[in-house]
Amino acid sequence: MSPIISVSNLSKTYGSGFKALKGINLDIFKGEIFALLGPNGAGKTTLISIICGIANPSEGRVSIGGHDIIADYRAARSMIGLVPQELHTDAFETVWATVSFSRGLFGKPKNPDHIEKVLKDLSLWDKKDSKIITLSGGMKRRVMIAKALSHEPQILFLDEPTAGVDVELRKGMWEVVRTLQAAGVTIILTTHYIEEAEEMADRIGVINKGEIILIEDKATLMQKLGKKQLTLQLQSKLDAVPPALAAYSLELSDDGHAVTYDYDTKGDRTGITSLLNDLRNAGVRISDLDTRQSSLEDIFVSLVRAP
Amino acid sequence: MNYRAIRAIYLFEMARTWRTLLQSIVSPVVSTSLYFVVFGAAIGSRITEVEGVSYGTFIVPGLVMLSVLTQSISNASFGIYFPKFAGTIYEILSAPISYLEIVIGYVGAAATKSIILGLIILATAGLFVPLHIQHPVWMLTFLVLTAVTFSLFGFIIGIWADGFEKLQMIPMLVVTPLTFLGGSFYSVNMLPSGWRTLTLFNPVVYLISGFRWSFYEIADVSVGLSLGMTAGFLIACMVIVAWIFRTGYRLKN
Repeated sequence: MSPIISVSNLSKTYGSGFKALKGINLDIFKGEIFALLGPNGAGKTTLISIICGIANPSEGRVSIGGHDIIADYRAARSMIGLVPQELHTDAFETVWATVSFSRGLFGKPKNPDHIEKVLKDLSLWDKKDSKIITLSGGMKRRVMIAKALSHEPQILFLDEPTAGVDVELRKGMWEVVRTLQAAGVTIILTTHYIEEAEEMADRIGVINKGEIILIEDKATLMQKLGKKQLTLQLQSKLDAVPPALAAYSLELSDDGHAVTYDYDTKGDRTGITSLLNDLRNAGVRISDLDTRQSSLEDIFVSLVRAP
Repeated sequence: MNYRAIRAIYLFEMARTWRTLLQSIVSPVVSTSLYFVVFGAAIGSRITEVEGVSYGTFIVPGLVMLSVLTQSISNASFGIYFPKFAGTIYEILSAPISYLEIVIGYVGAAATKSIILGLIILATAGLFVPLHIQHPVWMLTFLVLTAVTFSLFGFIIGIWADGFEKLQMIPMLVVTPLTFLGGSFYSVNMLPSGWRTLTLFNPVVYLISGFRWSFYEIADVSVGLSLGMTAGFLIACMVIVAWIFRTGYRLKN
């Protein structure tokens, strides 16, 4: 399958000499939700800005649906809807006017039915005649999503879509994103809420200091890098971990009723069997146990921190 | 051509005019009326005639030009500066539109506004003094050419400005003095010869002179020269705008 977005050897050096992107290669496929993770200043927004035509690349190429973003910018850009990170809105326009404006700007004929649907999907219909200045932050964010969807894009970029949005609303947006994906829209989102990527994405890319350091299916990623944690509930209180068990680096809970053990599912031996044996030999009795897969957040932090 | 995009930008900008009707239309009309009262009635009663035309009548073309020039610049510069300031420019830059289309949308709307304004001021002037326009077609030609040229100039200022202060600086410090010294209120021939030569370096002289000729067939410089200078300035602005978009100056990183 040929990618819908193809980024090859893309670099960006700002006038100040700062290298924001260093030779990025990235393919994104039709219909997927791709999450781009990275710490602040990693180059996420710069990458999106170049793909969408807001910044010029210093080197390299980007093509959208086979159209080069510079030579064939009209065809490339008309496929894309962009929701930038900052809340940039025309304060004195009404919701209806600003969303209709976006559709016109992208060269699409008027279609009030489509705009009505977009506004209803984003729970903005009752605000359609309100001036944007009167809306809350969460509503403004949705107005920007509505603008991006007004021209029926095949690709949607969401740059930190849920920053500063409450939990209820965030869940609502995820709903919208899933509906769009079901309709065949390709979605690229950047986020610093890792749970968002974990919840939504099919594939995850991690960018740090202008370089893509990892691209992986979410499931593979979780499996490949997944540390697991075993928690054992103890029948009776322990004051300290018995010296015989020192090799396992167990961590005793504050109340002395549980110990946790970290192990790597990738390893040949997880050490669980011998741990349980040694616990029994040390006379420690177990009342319950559970295991926990480490979250994407743990994976992310370990990746970005790695030298 | 993405005509729908041009239309969207044009209508968006025009909607801004209607929304700020008081500021866009009413205030220039009021201030022009004040000029008529002060210069036309109060001072004009002491000046008998300028080149065979009553003083009140003589200043009409200059006053119209004064408003058209300043309003073209402020409309167009604000029109493009504000999206930069508010950040909404992202949408324009990411849309499938060419630079030419962006310019036609913004400059077209700004010029339309100042042409409408010029005609309203002309009509207002008609309430104070008898008007006769010898060459209506030339009058409109000069009006449109000036509105478009100075809207383009304003567009350049709006892109160049990175703060409200800079946005006001060129109109306040350069354009307004040039307009006042460009023969809005007097004939250049009334000046001592040294000053008259100096005045010929002021581009606004040519605009006002040509415009006044289309009314009364009196001019400080030849009409051909007026038209040539205006067209020259228009071309210069177009070249600068083309350069801005080619390099992404102050628009794109």
